[in-house]
Amino acid sequence: MALTLEQMRHTAKLARLELSDEQLTELMRPINALMEHFERLQALPLDEVEPTSHSIPVFNAFREDVVGETLRREDALANAPDARDGLFIVPRIVEE
Amino acid sequence: MKELLTLSVAEINQKLHAREVSAVELTEAVLTHISETEPKVQAFITPTPELALEMARQAQARLDAGERAPLLGVPIALKDNLCTRGVRTTCASRILHNFIPPYDATVVRRLRETGAVFVGKLNMDEFAMGSSTEFSAFHPTRNPWDLARVPGGSSGGSAAAVAAHMAFATLGSDTGGSIRQPASFCGVVGLKPTYGRVSRYGLVAYASSLDQIGPLTKTVEDCATLLNAIAGKDPHDATSVDLPAPDFREALVDDIKGIRLGAPKEFFGQGVQPEVAETVRKAIGLLESVGAEVQEVSLPMAEQSLAIYYILAPAECSSNLARYDGVRYGLRVGAEKGHIGMMEATRAEGFGKEVIQRIIIGTYALSSGYYDAFYLKAQKGRTLLRQQFDAVFQQVDALVCPTAPTPAFKLGELVDDPLAMKLADVLTIPVNLAGLPGLSVPCGFVNGLPVGLQIIGKPFDEMTVLRVGYVWEQLACLRDELRTPTGLQA
Repeated sequence: MALTLEQMRHTAKLARLELSDEQLTELMRPINALMEHFERLQALPLDEVEPTSHSIPVFNAFREDVVGETLRREDALANAPDARDGLFIVPRIVEE
Repeated sequence: MKELLTLSVAEINQKLHAREVSAVELTEAVLTHISETEPKVQAFITPTPELALEMARQAQARLDAGERAPLLGVPIALKDNLCTRGVRTTCASRILHNFIPPYDATVVRRLRETGAVFVGKLNMDEFAMGSSTEFSAFHPTRNPWDLARVPGGSSGGSAAAVAAHMAFATLGSDTGGSIRQPASFCGVVGLKPTYGRVSRYGLVAYASSLDQIGPLTKTVEDCATLLNAIAGKDPHDATSVDLPAPDFREALVDDIKGIRLGAPKEFFGQGVQPEVAETVRKAIGLLESVGAEVQEVSLPMAEQSLAIYYILAPAECSSNLARYDGVRYGLRVGAEKGHIGMMEATRAEGFGKEVIQRIIIGTYALSSGYYDAFYLKAQKGRTLLRQQFDAVFQQVDALVCPTAPTPAFKLGELVDDPLAMKLADVLTIPVNLAGLPGLSVPCGFVNGLPVGLQIIGKPFDEMTVLRVGYVWEQLACLRDELRTPTGLQA
């Protein structure tokens, strides 16, 4: 079940990580050690078992539709690498 | 003044109320001690001396007005993944190196209200991923018992600060053992509450179905006091449970007669160092001699826990950490590469190797075609594990076992071994997967290093867990020995 370099490249792309082949190759060793460890799950009798996503039963948590406390705009923008006119500034997305 | 710093929260609280020391004097003494000790231990990322003195003055005003409260004027510190309004919160990551939260985590807000004094933000493994605090982007923390050794992790700063008396108590977070394992390594008490007992609002998320915040303290009594302050339903965290939080101090009963304890046999194998197993078995024997009913039990799925955890936790992490994209906060690099290029460059530069490794595993495990083979299988394995815990808790009231398979290891010893480091959490991970409360209490020493006794309880039965821990603490009489960590003597 080991990941190939090609799969590593694809997964890094999905995760939005700019990594060189050298970096990916270095990461393959620890990642594939874990992948090998995961093999032990294959033998478990799990067909009839329901999956658990939370250890306690969590259902939809409803609340009244009323305005609560919110962040002030300047506080929300205070940590932004680039902000102007009350907005987050990102590199150009739409070409002229 | 120095001797005061080795007292527990309960003991220093008495001195504050008896006006033997003022909150400001005490805080000044802690800050001086931090400045002397920190070069050796490096438990902090951001000390907050000015904030501490301001909070101490406010606390003293409340004390002067006659207010009585268990944490009023007591210097404490917080793991750096808990959001503190106006105080930098880095998660020990480059990607958040300059992040100043505009709000408090619920636990932080609750502690502010108690009148506790915040002396700083504590070091950790980046995004709480690690077992040694060596994966901090800033610097490693050292174990006060032996400065060549790690304090454990990921709440290594939280454990080391308490052991070295740089705070009377701290908060940590525990996703797979990150409170209990460092508590074991540093000779302090650490509690991971039941999932849902404490609000996670404002805790920077790693694996949301596993994360819990909890206290690290010098005594079980203090642990109950801190839990009283932070537990309870919070509308900001939909997974916090709407159960009345009891007064956890009522658990502090020095009587264990009739309590049924189970020793899960799998927790004494799995690479547990024989001396560690022996130390814990002796403790269990002593608990039996004062009236506990002890039996061996079995949790076969515990041996699959590491595999389950290292699918589920990275899967959740890959989703949670998607928010670090260089747009709203934190690091941004490569703005000239367009918006996607900027995100890819920012994330690659901002995250450390261990975090990137987990993001890739998680992304892969969730990706199309692999979901059933990994994520779904791990979730089903989690169900089996929980069922085995439920069955065992039909027979016993609590489980007792080692917290970690070994005492503290050396800095650098495991950092390059992909599995060995992760095995440090093999005895704590099952507890997170099942959502149970787990406490580590100092149990004894192996080769001069502290070793913890882990007590695991039924969901929302922190009372029994704390009671067993309290009885053990009274039997063990280790308090004086724990007062002076060997790495800081001379």
